[in-house]
Amino acid sequence: MARFGERGDDDMDVISLSVADLSIAAFLLILLALASFRLQLGLETRMLTGGLRMIIQLLLIGQVLRFLFTDAAPLWIGCMLVVMLSVAAREVRARQRRRLNGITGYWIGMFSMFISSFTVTFMALTVMIQVRPWYTPQYAIPLLGMVLGNTMTGIALASDRLTSQLYDQRNMVEQRLVLGQSWREASSDIRRDCMRTGMVPIINSMAAAGIVSLPGMMTGQILGGTPPVEAVKYQILIMFLIAAGTGFGVICSIWMTSRKLFDSRDRLCLDRLISKK
Amino acid sequence: MKEQPFGSSSPDSSLLAVDGLCYLENGPYSLTVGVRECVGLSGQSGVGKSQLLKSIVDLIAHTGEVYLDGAACSEIPAPQWRRQVGLLPADSSWWFDTVDRHFTDPRHRFLSCGWLEQLGFPADVVSWQVSRLSTGERQRLALLRALVNEPRVLLLDEPTSGLDPVYTERFEHIVFAYMQEKGAALLWVTHDAEQLMRVADRAYIVEKNGLRARSGGGRDGAVRGAGGR
Repeated sequence: MARFGERGDDDMDVISLSVADLSIAAFLLILLALASFRLQLGLETRMLTGGLRMIIQLLLIGQVLRFLFTDAAPLWIGCMLVVMLSVAAREVRARQRRRLNGITGYWIGMFSMFISSFTVTFMALTVMIQVRPWYTPQYAIPLLGMVLGNTMTGIALASDRLTSQLYDQRNMVEQRLVLGQSWREASSDIRRDCMRTGMVPIINSMAAAGIVSLPGMMTGQILGGTPPVEAVKYQILIMFLIAAGTGFGVICSIWMTSRKLFDSRDRLCLDRLISKK
Repeated sequence: MKEQPFGSSSPDSSLLAVDGLCYLENGPYSLTVGVRECVGLSGQSGVGKSQLLKSIVDLIAHTGEVYLDGAACSEIPAPQWRRQVGLLPADSSWWFDTVDRHFTDPRHRFLSCGWLEQLGFPADVVSWQVSRLSTGERQRLALLRALVNEPRVLLLDEPTSGLDPVYTERFEHIVFAYMQEKGAALLWVTHDAEQLMRVADRAYIVEKNGLRARSGGGRDGAVRGAGGR
């Protein structure tokens, strides 16, 4: 089995990139920022800070991973996983225009992602890949990172849609409640629609995988010298994990969020939402 | 709280009894409505008449209690309460593509007893696309949608504000036919003083801090006589 990330530095499969190589690539972004300025898109600041953040964050994570890979103390790996989960939960909340008041929204995101991403990743590590110990960081961290990243996007999309739809369609929801429907019935169409919104991207990318797009992980492994068929098998595994993680995470967060927006007397409680700015 | 000239204090002597209802900064409101009785409500716009009806159907948080035939609202599951104490809002919402899916029972006899025709619809209106309907048509159909639930109390919030005189009269006629048949109670909010005279047995003016009996309220019986089918 190919061992992703286990090659020594003397392995000559990868051509090392110089600072100059990366600078040329960065120059492309600067050109795009200039174009954004000329076209008055107003994105140039965000583009440049985004690019800068990416450089710093990735360089840092490179160092962190190097540390974790050489000294695989379970405690440090655990810390890393907790940090990843907390940042993802914060990000889910930040992406909602109307979000639950207080810390509840944060916990719902965190719980949903924990339940889905961690479970499927753990299953992959113990049942399918069977790496020992299961928390071997070369496997656990990239796998969880990919599943968590996609789950986060799905949950953020779906919950953002849920809160804004309930807000915009409150007359419709209240009309249905008035006619004697329970909160479940009255919000059923909206909830279904939001779950679809969260799941469709991963379904689409499964359908397009290999034909339109070569998924990032597989590309990386192939560049790293892994035989294509092995890389493909890993990619298939990852796609299934992402689909399951995203799907169950979205179902869980939509259910919990909508439950929070109705009280025990089946009333729509929009005062539990605060809007961004 | 103001003295209620008509309201009985005992909750079980009437079909609907509102007892010290307060919501937001309004109230307390107390009133009772008996079987086959229509109580009218009027008041300045913005005073919270719609909110009062919404809190009677337990759609907004409130203190105080509402009783239906002696049973407290808080002891009945909310959806069940709202099927028995129906509310017809001032503007109706429709969410499915076709009309029939909005009715709890699209084959209900109320949809084949001539009421559809009186409200100006052909019998096949239930299969129509909602997008075809005008605002007034939606409002007329919303009455039948509410009646199909067979509520024991019907709260009407400016129900005929978008209707012309002909349909307003037919609308009132159907509401009272329903009331007579089912022994229902009505609580009718309207700005229209003439309508208030026509429909209400007695009337109150809604104020921020309670209800005030409306002098000169009381029906002349014209609609109700016609309503008895």
